[in-house]
Formats: sequence, C-alpha cells, structure tokens
Amino acid sequence: MHDSSTAAVQSNASGEAHAAADNPALLHHFATEEQQRDSASLGMWIFLATEVMFFGGLFCAYLIYRGWYFGDFAAASTSINAALGGANTAVLICSSLTVVLAIWAAQTSQRGLLLAMLALTMLFGCAFLGIKGIEYKDKFDEHHVPGVSFSFHEEIPGHPGQYANPQHAQIFFALYFIMTGLHALHMIIGLGIFAWLFWMAWKGRFTPEYHTPLEIGGLYWHFVDIVWIYLFPLLYLIDRHR
Amino acid sequence: MATPSGPQGERENYLNKHYGVGSWLLTTDHKRISLLYLLSITFFFFIGGFFALLIRLELLTPAGDLVQADTYNKLFTMHGQVMVFFFLIPSIPAVLGNFLVPMMIGAKDLAFPRINLLSWYLYVIGGVMMLHCMLTGGVDTGWTFYVPFSTAFSNTKVIEAGLAIFVAGFSSILTGLNFIVTIHRMRAPGMTWSRLPLFIWAHYATSIIQVLGTPVIAITLVLVVAERALHLGIFDPKLGGDPLLFQHLFWFYSHPAVYIMILPSMGVVTEIIACFSRKRIFGYGFVAFSSIAIAVFGFLVWAHHMFVAGISVYAALVFSILSYAVAVPSAVKVFNWTATLYKGSIRYDAPMLYAFGFLGLFTIGGLTGLFLACLGIDMHVHDTYFVIAHFHYIMVGGALMGYLGGMHFWWPKISGKLYPEGWARLAALIVFIGFNLTFFPQFILGYLGMPRRYYQYPPEFQVLNVLSTAGATVLGIGYLLPMIYFLWSMRYGKPAPDNPWNAAGLEWKTQSPPTTFNFEEEPVVTWEAYNYEELDAPQKQEVPVAR
Amino acid sequence: MSDHSTSDHSKSSPLPTYFGVWIALLVGTFLTYEIAKIDLGVFNAAVALIIATTKALLVALFFMHLKGAHEKLLKLVVISTVFFLFLLLVLSMADYGTRLWS
Repeated sequence: MHDSSTAAVQSNASGEAHAAADNPALLHHFATEEQQRDSASLGMWIFLATEVMFFGGLFCAYLIYRGWYFGDFAAASTSINAALGGANTAVLICSSLTVVLAIWAAQTSQRGLLLAMLALTMLFGCAFLGIKGIEYKDKFDEHHVPGVSFSFHEEIPGHPGQYANPQHAQIFFALYFIMTGLHALHMIIGLGIFAWLFWMAWKGRFTPEYHTPLEIGGLYWHFVDIVWIYLFPLLYLIDRHR
Repeated sequence: MATPSGPQGERENYLNKHYGVGSWLLTTDHKRISLLYLLSITFFFFIGGFFALLIRLELLTPAGDLVQADTYNKLFTMHGQVMVFFFLIPSIPAVLGNFLVPMMIGAKDLAFPRINLLSWYLYVIGGVMMLHCMLTGGVDTGWTFYVPFSTAFSNTKVIEAGLAIFVAGFSSILTGLNFIVTIHRMRAPGMTWSRLPLFIWAHYATSIIQVLGTPVIAITLVLVVAERALHLGIFDPKLGGDPLLFQHLFWFYSHPAVYIMILPSMGVVTEIIACFSRKRIFGYGFVAFSSIAIAVFGFLVWAHHMFVAGISVYAALVFSILSYAVAVPSAVKVFNWTATLYKGSIRYDAPMLYAFGFLGLFTIGGLTGLFLACLGIDMHVHDTYFVIAHFHYIMVGGALMGYLGGMHFWWPKISGKLYPEGWARLAALIVFIGFNLTFFPQFILGYLGMPRRYYQYPPEFQVLNVLSTAGATVLGIGYLLPMIYFLWSMRYGKPAPDNPWNAAGLEWKTQSPPTTFNFEEEPVVTWEAYNYEELDAPQKQEVPVAR
Repeated sequence: MSDHSTSDHSKSSPLPTYFGVWIALLVGTFLTYEIAKIDLGVFNAAVALIIATTKALLVALFFMHLKGAHEKLLKLVVISTVFFLFLLLVLSMADYGTRLWS
C-alpha cells in the first residue's frame, strides 16, 4: 500500500523549502508534489464513489418500478427518441476522447492542442445539452412531463389494443426527468470546470510536470460519460424490438 | 527549542497565532475548524436537548396537557433530526477527528484543508436552514420522514427540512473524503497501518460509511422534495408508487448512519482504556478489523427497521440473520477492551469514568439490539419505548459518553488548560446516574406496550414516565457541568503540560496547545502503538522527535 | 504517477490505445442500439447491460488511467463502490423479488 514514507524521507533530506521553490503549486501541508498529486487523485476517485451512490439510489428506484410495470415502462420508453439518445451517447464518447487527448497534450507540452481539445470537449458538452434540450421540448409538447398537464395514451409494445397505465407511465417519466436532469446538471457543472481548466491552460499553468487539475477534471468528465452509458440503454431501449 | 511567546508570555500556538474573526472564519487550520464545529454542534445539542426537555415534560402526565398533539409530533421530529443530523453525526469526527487525525498520523493538516472549511460552512448553512424551518413552523413527520405522510399529507415544512439535511449531508461526505485521503496519503514516515492508533482506524471506517451511505439519503431527500412538490407518484400508492421504496432507500443510509455515530466513540474509548490501564490494547488487529467489519456489515442490515412495514417475510428472515451477524464485531471490541483492562494499572480519571460508562451502557444497548433483531420479539416491541431505550443506550450511553470522555481526555491538548478533575468525576457520575434513570424505565415501558411518539398514555405507565423525566433532569445537569467548567478552565484552569496523562500517541508529543503546523519537524515513527511499557519504564525516557 | 515522466519515454505513445478505445465505444453504442431491435426475450436487458458495462470498463481502465495506476488502492475504491451499489440493488430485490411468495 502506498504511503508517503520514502517520498517524505527524501524530501526531509533535501528540505521542504527546496520542493516548494521548485513548484509554487505545492501546498504547504504536503511534503512532495507526488503526495499532493496522489492525494488529489484519490480525493477525486472517492468523490466519484459518492456520485455513484448518489445516482445509485435513482437506479434502484428505476429498477424496482421497471420490474413492477414493465409494459407501462416499455410504452413510455418507446415514446422517447432513441436516435437522439444514441447520438448523445456518441457525443459524450467523443468528448471523453478529447479529454484524454487534452491531458496527453499537456504531458507533451503542446499548448495549442491542449486548448483545442479543451474547447472541443466543451463544444461536445454543449452539443449534448442542446440535444437533450430538443428531447425535453419534445416531451413537453407531447404532455409527457409529469405534473398537472401530464397525459399519456400509448399502447404497450407487443400488446395492441392494451394501453399503458398513465400513472405508471408518469413514474417512468418522473424518473426519466430526474435521472437525465441530474445528469445534465452534472454536465453543466462539468462545463464550468472545463471552462476554468481552459482559462488555466490559456494562462500557461500546465506543464508536463504539473497538470493535476486536468487529470482530476478529466476523471469527473469521464464519470459523467459513464453514467450516461448506463442511462441510455436503461431508459431508451426497453423493449424496442416490438 | 524556543518558540515565540504570545502577549502573556505564553508560547505561540494555534489559538494565539492570529487574532480576529476573519482569522477564524477563513482558517484552514484543522484545529481551528474543529473548534468552530465544537461551537456549532454544542449549540445544536442545546436545541435538541430543549426539545427533549419539552417531550419529557409532556410525558410527566398521562394526559396530553402540555402541548397539542400536532405540536408534540413536531417536538419529537425536531429532537430526532437535530440530534441525529446536527449533533451526533458530526460530533466526534468533526471535533475530535478534525483535531486529532492529522496529529495522530504525524501530518501538518488534513489532505484538503480548504474542503475541511467548506465542510463546516455546509454544516452551518444546513443548520441555519434547519433553524429557519423550525422557527417558521417545524416538521412533524418524525425524523424518519416516512411517506406518503411526508410527501402527501403533512402540512409542515418538509421540503425545507429535507433540503437542510441534504446540505448538512454533504458536510459529512466531504469530511469522510478528507479523512480517507489523509489517512492513506499523509502518514508520517514509519507510521504504518499497523502502528496507527485505533482512533484512526475507527475514523477510517466511519469515513467509508459517510462516503458511501450519505449520498443515498441525499438522493432520497431529493425524491421526497420532488414528490411533495410535483406529486409524481414515486412514493404514492394511489399513483402506483411504493412507500416501502422510500423506507429501503432511507434506511440504506440511516442504519449505517448509526455506525457513523458509534464507531468514532469506540475509537475514543480504545484510546482512553489503553491510557488509563497503562497497557497495550489487547488484540490490536481484531479491534482494527472489527471497525472495518462494522462499516461493511452495517450496510447489510437496514431492513430490520422495516420488519412490520410490509416487506416480504423472506427478506425479513435474511435481514434478521444479518442483523445478528453485525453484532459480532461490536462484541469483539467489548471483549478486547475488557481484556485490556485485565491486570491493567487502572486510574479513575474522568475520561476513564466515561469509558467505563460506555462499556456497560453500550453493551446493554447492543444486546437489546439483538432482541430487536429477533423477528418474534420485534413484532411485539417495534414502535414502542423499547426501541427508544435501545437506541438511546447506544447513542447517549455509547456515543455521547465517548464524546464526553474524549473531550476530557484531549481537553488539555486542545485548550492548553486542565479542567477541574473533581468536578469532572462528579459530572461523569451524575451523567451515568441520570442516564440510567432516564432510559432504563423506557425498556420496561416499551415491553409493557407504551408506543413511541405518543403524547398521552394509560395511567398505569405514569410512574415509569415520571422516573424517566426525573432522570432527564439529572442528566441535563450532568451535561451542563462540563460546559461550565470547560469554559471556566479556558480562563482560570491550570496550564496543561504537553502530556498530562503520559499517554502514547504522536499528538501528545506536541505542545499543549499545539502550534499551527503541529510538528516542528516531521516525526519519524519507529515504535508500535500503545507503547505504554516503554512510557512507564523507569529511567528510560522516550526521545521526543518534536517539541 | 510520478513514474510516468521517466517510464513514458520508453513506453510507446498512448494515442493508438485512446483511439482504439474510442472506436470500441462507438461500436458498442451502435451495437446496443441495433441489438435492441432484435427480440432476445429476457436477454435484451442483460445484453444491453453487458455492453454498457464493457464500455464503462473501457472508459475507466483506459481513459481514467485505472489500468496504469501504480497502486491497487484506486481499483479497490472502484470495486468497493460497485460492491456497495450492488448491495443496495440486490438486497432490496430480496424484498421486492419475494413479496409475492407469501
């Protein structure tokens, strides 16, 4: 198990002022840059663990009701646009690529590429939100938004003539909006983070030796991508073969 | 090693290094943050205690004659919410953990000092929201927020209370995150995992629960707020929802939450028992791993709160068996503490009195938990005062005693002053007597059938209720005393030496109170934890590595 | 992670891996979409989740650099988290799955 013993002993030998002079980004309570970087990385991974459990509660609720009201959920799922959902999945996958390319650019001192990749990532993020906006608007127009004006009158796939229970369908849409809405909120926060990273990169703060904010911002972005990777089949692709 | 002196010729330390409100509200020093927490949680302890006082006053008489029924619902709800979310869950980790974790491992601060300060601000914001909620009408759903009452029928400020707890929950998550990273990354050279004080192991286990469990109640509260505002049907049976889903999600966190409340206290008790028996802890490895086991097992048992709620009897069976299993690691600790005491050189200072109180009261609380885990018994005593007595034995007799013991034990280190030992021992005794007088009758009341959350009861229960209220008064006095003499000691107490107890642990190798960065030189650890034999050996002094 | 600067010079560029994973993810997405149109009965959901999990693993191992991590701690964090999430899902199923039995 990694501990700071060897690194710290080395820094003790050379003196902490030495390390600090090398890199003004080294915070005072850390002995070495490696310790600081490893702490930031572990911290972000643990934060992502909390996010998994945060979304996990919603997945739990979703799975239970999908089991109970499969037909109604299938009907509701058929009414959301799987092509747009799939497109969004592809958009996020491309954005994850641009994130790792951005980090590679920082590791190889390519400032121009770094800025371009960060900008592309944000562009993909905006595209995702835009497509999501179109989806939401469609749902609003069809009165599939839970609330007073909710109405749902669709057949259960594979059971012609049998209509879905609108209350159960409303549960689907409630979970749909909460899960994708929460995801979109995380995406917006991610855009904010990457805007800040872009600004830092613009000011030349990142070097091959120090680009920790890029790495941990990247971890966050990839997590948002992974959540969507699960949301897409679960929400959009229930019983699409009928 | 000369350190600069403060105005009264005292050495420079974290308290006198900077003055001014700004230096406190913008501090990143873990020790100052722990004192900020100390102030805030003590404030909320008073508020929660105030509600308890009103509850016990109402229950002096069988009739509901002090407050109206709706008001009584608010009293027990807010007592529970404030005590659980704004006192017990932060208490030891945020005060003692924040102060001691870096020092015990030989670090200058936590891994993320600014996030530590953010944690406190989130706690305060949640607290202010909760205060506002209470002052503008309160909540009456029970601290457990059960649906569909909380989402569809209650006319009180459920959304605001839910959001307040949501915010405070993130305070808890960030503290846990900070501790885990700190313990992994910031240990001094030579401080291997097997040399860590068991206080650290306990806080590590607690942090795992905080990090993995709290987000689930966060999302559950989001769903409750959404359901209440938008009538989505997620929890409403009329719209196809399942109220039990709420209970599953709620208890998935709230059961491990009780381990968040007790594990740190067990860590404190371990430190105290070792010091005041002058012995190594018996079975270090067992105690360390039992902390982790409690954290893991604690996630497996939540539906034992739902035995009579309508879950399937097969699920109830599974959760009952698992609930028996979770008692095992706790019992392991009790045996190890007892074995540590055996042939120890026992001193009865105030911290040790609290530790002894913990041993007995936690054992009773834990054993009665096993009664509740038994399906047949639970049918009879669920939702009665038996349950209330059970969890108060653990939360108050266990967690709170550990907190008080720890505050006494480390007070010289935190404040640089000695508290008056005579008064402290008296207070410990008063707390112990008051506690038992308050809560033991409640076991009997529950077994005889008095339901919880009722403000009136059949007259034959009155004697036991009066005893309980009398005990609560005594208990209240017992709690007031330390608050008075701790404050007194800050001004008039004798200056504390660096290690008044001659205790083991890196925190005792710093000055009392410590300097801002704890250690002048990073310590290098070459000894095992609880090396009391070496500390007590005549003529042989530990070479201090930091002063 | 500090080893990267010294050992990367001897390692080949990570770019082929990144682009390879990217293609795999896009193919996986396409597959998920198309297979959903085929009737596999109860296995539709399972297949979709298996593909999703594969994609998630690819992102975690290669994009989030879990594979190259020099200590097992991060993998332990991931495995523990998934384990506890599974606990939530599976143990609640112990109730929901058996309610109709009695």
